[in-house]
Amino acid sequence: MSEIRYTKEHEWVKVDGDTATVGISAYAQEQLGDVVFVELPEVGKQVEKGKEMAVVESVKAASEVYAPISGEVTEVNAALTDAPATVNEDAMGKGWFAKLKLANKADLDGLMDEAAYKKYVDGLH
Amino acid sequence: MESGPLKRTPLYDLHVELGAKMVPFAGYDMPVQYPAGILAEHQHTRAAAGLFDVSHMGQFRITGAGYDGAAASVEKLCPNDFRSLKDGQQRYGFFTNDRGGILDDLMVTREGDSLRMVVNAACKDADLAHLQSHGVKVEARPDFALLALQGPKAGAVMARLAPDSARMTFMTGATLTVAGIQCYATRSGYTGEDGFEISVPNAQAVEFTRRLLKEPEVKPIGLGARDSLRLEAGLCLYGSDITERTTPVEAALSWAIAERRRQEGGYPGDAVLKKQWAEGVSRKRVGILPEGKAPARAHTEIADDSGREIGEVTSGGFGPSLGKPIAMGYVATGSAALGTSVNLVVRGKALAGKVAKMPFAPHRYHRN
Repeated sequence: MSEIRYTKEHEWVKVDGDTATVGISAYAQEQLGDVVFVELPEVGKQVEKGKEMAVVESVKAASEVYAPISGEVTEVNAALTDAPATVNEDAMGKGWFAKLKLANKADLDGLMDEAAYKKYVDGLH
Repeated sequence: MESGPLKRTPLYDLHVELGAKMVPFAGYDMPVQYPAGILAEHQHTRAAAGLFDVSHMGQFRITGAGYDGAAASVEKLCPNDFRSLKDGQQRYGFFTNDRGGILDDLMVTREGDSLRMVVNAACKDADLAHLQSHGVKVEARPDFALLALQGPKAGAVMARLAPDSARMTFMTGATLTVAGIQCYATRSGYTGEDGFEISVPNAQAVEFTRRLLKEPEVKPIGLGARDSLRLEAGLCLYGSDITERTTPVEAALSWAIAERRRQEGGYPGDAVLKKQWAEGVSRKRVGILPEGKAPARAHTEIADDSGREIGEVTSGGFGPSLGKPIAMGYVATGSAALGTSVNLVVRGKALAGKVAKMPFAPHRYHRN
């Protein structure tokens, strides 16, 4: 089971066992434009659902990335430090931000599935 | 800020057709970027030629009793020397207030007995009222669009479409016929590159722009890249780097005030600036290079090594030509020397940086 879920703030989370991989959506990267800097959380940090987890900066501005679920950061995508443009090139894949240890499965409730997120994004135009 | 519907330049429909992302800027709906994106647009301008719609800016024509009368009337409001301009010569300047603060920065070009003035979009209504209330004979020209063609290939493109442009050097203006359209161009810009700013009648603006975009070197560039280009060039953004609360001396713009004006005065705030030249200022505008990869944006606190606040970033971001963050801001004069170590407080963390020489990207003007 590794269905992708989305937040209204355009983060995605993909759960595999108790590991949740988190990134920003293809729509988010497109809205941001060229990503030039990513600030990742420290491994071991406890992040809280809905609270700031990382920062992504485009040429124009800095944006916060919120944790879609609560949990401990088990791994970060250090490759983004030297190649932030990976977020633009492959937001849903190689451009992932961090892996979290899923503490409470109920955190996933209320997040959107692919179809619901697509509908949500279409409604933003 | 003004509210109400956003204004559009004559090129609005063309921007949309070109796939631009439109954003509100100074009361106008303007292209922040095209599908290529800010980085690619920035790099294209540094490598070839970028075309910018800057029609939102204010274009004025000022007259008087001969050229000297016209220039003298403007000098009452600006500390710059416009009376000595030769026909076709252009100069940078600014309006000051009684405290020596900057009300707007501007470009003036002498055209025969009159002056052409280009001012910032956000200030243009106030500037016009300011000039009129001081008896300056000024006429706004909203019937003209303004385009900037910038980059190392701009000269070749213009020479192809308007052979007379090849004789123009940096900071001069001339009437040109570009692909059959009469316009007034100056060889100047806001990117640090060679280039032109071209005033075209609104009715011909679309045809003119389409013609330029047909040239293989030319691509449309949005306001996003305009900002990163000017920051690399060390050029001030009015409202951020210079405001009513910063004087030209603090802003390191004293170079734009000629000796005659320093001696004679006769402009708003002259006593304040004279005192600042004599006694020094407590803060100065400087360039700053963050040492890491995190950009330090406008309003980032600048601290010294002991953590004491010494200033603030006024413009900051990523410099695509350098591949790293760049910034400018004000620091206490004691910390303004090149190479001084500073701390940039980004999201609560002190990041190391150094006071650095500007421009960050070398100016490549066509001086002769």
